Amino acid sequence: MSREAALFWILLALASIGTFALRLSFIALLQKVDNPRWLQRSLRYIPAAVMGALVSSSLLVRNGELAVGWDNHRLLAACLAAVVGYRTRSLLWTILSGLVALFVLTHWLGPAV
Amino acid sequence: MSDAARSEEPESFARRAAWRGARAVSPLLPGVLPFAMIAGSSSIEVGFSVLQSLGLSLFLFAGASHLVLLEMWEQEAPVLVILATVLLVNLRFTMYSAALAPHLRDVRWQHKLPMAYLLTDQAALLSIPEFDKESASARWFYVGAGVVMWATWQIGSAAGILLGVRLPESWALDFAVPLSFLALLIPAVRTKTTVVAATVAGSSVLLTRFLPLNTGLITATLLGVAAGLWSERLE
Repeated sequence: MSREAALFWILLALASIGTFALRLSFIALLQKVDNPRWLQRSLRYIPAAVMGALVSSSLLVRNGELAVGWDNHRLLAACLAAVVGYRTRSLLWTILSGLVALFVLTHWLGPAV
Repeated sequence: MSDAARSEEPESFARRAAWRGARAVSPLLPGVLPFAMIAGSSSIEVGFSVLQSLGLSLFLFAGASHLVLLEMWEQEAPVLVILATVLLVNLRFTMYSAALAPHLRDVRWQHKLPMAYLLTDQAALLSIPEFDKESASARWFYVGAGVVMWATWQIGSAAGILLGVRLPESWALDFAVPLSFLALLIPAVRTKTTVVAATVAGSSVLLTRFLPLNTGLITATLLGVAAGLWSERLE
């Protein structure tokens, strides 16, 4: 096995075991001890912070450059999807409206960044 | 548990609750399936073998961190930094774990382990309100939602890996990935302090992306969490 393949399997093993441990964490621990307060409070912000960072970097950065102009069709489509998502509270409509909006924008305005 | 549910055959009670969970998660599948196909075909494109790619989908079974791993591997980030980022992206699972834990206290260990493995954003977010209503049927609801999510992820990524299923580029289905993040962000920012956390993380990632060793996402997330905690004081 090449060094790179070995590294991959080590990474996958550690990442998978670690991820499983995170999933199991409180389900296993809560048998005996109560969650520390500070941890509970911090954990509350993890989904918002992770998703905020992922959304921002996947929409505002194209090919390593900051792209916040009208030619960033994905950003425009995502803004529409955000409004739809906020109104409908539906994951399906958020995703579908964004895909349709991008499809329409690309066909009307031609391919962009 | 309601009297009607109690007097019912236990098997059909479980089956009906699992079925409800499966149905509840189904509107999300048009988002999950292309996401899984992209994760699968991208694994191959990054240069992993079929076996490695299938292993990634099966063992990790966590879409956002799967894509993060691929991207960082391609950029030749150090393995420990990739590992730390993957775990940080998945750290949110502990929050769901904490939310589900009180309702799973008396579940047997051999059932707790697969239930933990099935934990996803979608299954957890849909099941938590069910658990608040009534634990016994909510467990089956959770399992139903979790199994459907799992099967969809495995089928979709296997299609991407083995058949190289690629949807037409003009459909821009890779856009479904940031849209999934967006779709999950919206319910995550229900309060002022979570809005602060998301905004700070989202703006700081634009600067922290220049940090060495691809530590930008970790740093931005921690800054977001810190900002959220700090903003509690202003309330």
